[in-house]
Amino acid sequence: MQSTNTTAEARRLLEICNACRYCEGYCAVFPAMELRRAFSNEDLSYLANLCHNCRGCYYACQYAPPHEFAINLPKTLAELRGETYVEYAWPRPFAVLFQSNGTVISIATAVGIAVTLLLTAWLKSPQALIQPHTGPGSFYEIISEKAMIGVALATTGFSLLALAIGAVRFWRDTGGGSVMNLRALQTAIRDVLTLKNLGGAGEGCNNRDEKFSQVRRRYHHALFYGFTLCMASTTVAAIYDHILGWPAPYSFFSMPVLLGSTGGLGMMIGTAGLYWLKIVGDPEPSARKLLGADYALLMQMFLAAATGELLLAFRDTSAMGILLAVHLGIIFSFFAFMPYSKFVHGIYRSAALLRNAQERLTVKNLAGSLE
Amino acid sequence: MVESAQNCDVVVIGGGNAALCAAITAREAGASVLVVEHAPKAMRGGNSRHTRNLRLMHEAPTKVLSDAYTENDYWDDLLRVTKGETDEYLAKMTIRRSAELSAWMESHGVRFQPSLTGTLDLSRTNAFFLGGGKALLNSYYNTADKLGIKVHYEVEVLDVRREGNVIRDITIVQNGEKAIIVAKSVVVASGGFQANIEWLREIWGGAADNFIIRGTPYAQGKVLKALLNQGIAQVGDPSQFHAVAIDARAPKFDGGIVTRLDCVPFSIVVNRDGKRFYDEGQDMWPKRYAIWGRLVAQCPEQVAYCVFDRKCINLFMPSVFPVFKADSLGELAAQLTLDPGRLAATVAEYNRAVVPGEFNHRILDNCTTQGLNPPKSHWAQPIDSPPFYAYPLRPGITFTYLGIKVDEHARAMTTEGHTMANLFAAGEIMSGNVLGQGYLAGFGMTLGSVFGRIAGAGAAKYAIN
Repeated sequence: MQSTNTTAEARRLLEICNACRYCEGYCAVFPAMELRRAFSNEDLSYLANLCHNCRGCYYACQYAPPHEFAINLPKTLAELRGETYVEYAWPRPFAVLFQSNGTVISIATAVGIAVTLLLTAWLKSPQALIQPHTGPGSFYEIISEKAMIGVALATTGFSLLALAIGAVRFWRDTGGGSVMNLRALQTAIRDVLTLKNLGGAGEGCNNRDEKFSQVRRRYHHALFYGFTLCMASTTVAAIYDHILGWPAPYSFFSMPVLLGSTGGLGMMIGTAGLYWLKIVGDPEPSARKLLGADYALLMQMFLAAATGELLLAFRDTSAMGILLAVHLGIIFSFFAFMPYSKFVHGIYRSAALLRNAQERLTVKNLAGSLE
Repeated sequence: MVESAQNCDVVVIGGGNAALCAAITAREAGASVLVVEHAPKAMRGGNSRHTRNLRLMHEAPTKVLSDAYTENDYWDDLLRVTKGETDEYLAKMTIRRSAELSAWMESHGVRFQPSLTGTLDLSRTNAFFLGGGKALLNSYYNTADKLGIKVHYEVEVLDVRREGNVIRDITIVQNGEKAIIVAKSVVVASGGFQANIEWLREIWGGAADNFIIRGTPYAQGKVLKALLNQGIAQVGDPSQFHAVAIDARAPKFDGGIVTRLDCVPFSIVVNRDGKRFYDEGQDMWPKRYAIWGRLVAQCPEQVAYCVFDRKCINLFMPSVFPVFKADSLGELAAQLTLDPGRLAATVAEYNRAVVPGEFNHRILDNCTTQGLNPPKSHWAQPIDSPPFYAYPLRPGITFTYLGIKVDEHARAMTTEGHTMANLFAAGEIMSGNVLGQGYLAGFGMTLGSVFGRIAGAGAAKYAIN
């Protein structure tokens, strides 16, 4: 992790925080900070990604602006997180996509839609897009099976590789070591799935002001679990199609449709809620230059879910062709740009939580052996 | 502001813990309440914003407190630190009523957490606020808001007008304009005068300019002075304050907890002339840290320097300011602008006097000095392993002891020995009644909470009848 103004500022803040420690009950960042007396850039990268941006510490801080110490940890750590995304991006030249990421993701989404529509019109026929198609395999009458699967596997495969390499880079940079500690893995997975660190020791996090609320955590859960259901839907559909030989579309009460439509609804609620919270939230503890990336990913995921729901609603009409192309265009751009959008926060956050779980176990074992 | 203020039942002067406890209690008793806070919203809460716990009596372990801390234990501790400078009746009442505080606090939004890392010595006696004092204040202000208590920030109270045994009105200034507030009852919870450097100068002369004020700059003592001038009885020695030695580079005001230095027991402490002046290893640090403020205040130019070496750098909490570091004592002296010869001589004399022992910073060990004046009774190790380190120290004033006399209903007393009918006091402005000298960690918040509630209840009762 290279030295920047942000690492210098994060170090200044954490040295003050480490002499105060009043916030140690809020989240995992402070106990992790207390294990250190000095903060290397790599420590800072780890702590920045461990921070869930709950903002509890900002409102509790006796040194927050206008105090001359001007402690604003959520903002600085968010800015630093942004820099770590650039630092660990693979392939390296693609890191440039994190500059003006909001614009990049928006354009990517628009281009994804346009290219899919044009290619469909060109490869099949413009008419195919606007005629009704029904019955098994009707989606493949719009976009061929080979194209759909080929593009999906290629983009997803590349993106997963890029994300994995980023995760490995982060892991190595922040201390390396084995990930195979089952107890730590268990703890980390639980922390990811429950968003314990957005819980603010029971009353949630801060959005508009000093008041605590669980809404952000709930919206994030809606988005996260909605997304997971959609992935499950796709997986079941793939099994139906390629193993059992039942091509889509499926009936309303089939597994893929139930999973997908519920998941899509969750994603729409989650993304809309998080978007709203960003609009009404207190701008002081947030990193303004990262808002573009936040909004872009939320928009992309909202559109992916919304077009999916529309496709389900209108799949028996002549609108199906265009809806399918638009839906797949968005999905394509989402997966293609996954390693270069705010999506990566989930990867680094999870890795940081795993490192944190390992650290806590070590401290616990150490304390045990001293007794 | 003036319109909304004129007809309230209870006006609370101050915006810290005691003020909010009083305001909430008065409002829940049915009174209309106005809080006037000198600070802007972002800096509200007086010294309470820098606190982190309060001391609670309890008969059995609770969620956040271990064992039991009985009335007798508590009283013994209080007697020990105040050396008898207390009022047994008020003190024991405070102790007993502290037992009911945590439930009341939680029902008004305050959350507790296990004692902070490095404060295990307090886990039996003190309950820590989740997020510290500012978080506690945020909870109380939220509660106040929900209850319909009016809070006005950046309002300074200039005067309080007394007629016989009642307060008629108070004079405030807001946005440069004076106004009068008439309330049926008045609660003063406006703290001490430690931030009033001019007042400190009257007592300490030019030395006061070298004092650092650890807490709020708004503790100007204007209300305190106005009341004393109008025949309200005083308690506490007007020349005394609670002070600890803090990093000399701390901000003039509001530096709070992070400016403290816990390295004295592992160091030798020298003054501007490079000379030692007190036994750094007299007792465990929690029992001694509070005397070092006064010791440094008595040094020339109110400054001193902790000097230690490599062996001790990891034995205490990191300070927020970078440590001075050098490979030789001469270089270190140059960085501190001390006379290198004198520092070297002091260290050499000290090193010769060190008696070898078994160093253990967790107990009163047998590492001491022989034939040294002043001695270093414990944790004395030769300073001989570079790099050498130093921290500069200055007196950091926490609060002043001067206050107004109250009865068990938190009603202010007059110099003639009468009770004021509608003037109540809580918090630092009356803590001298119970805490005549010394300090007990977390006791200020306990006093503020207990007397805040009593004052609020009394003020509401008087106003409504």
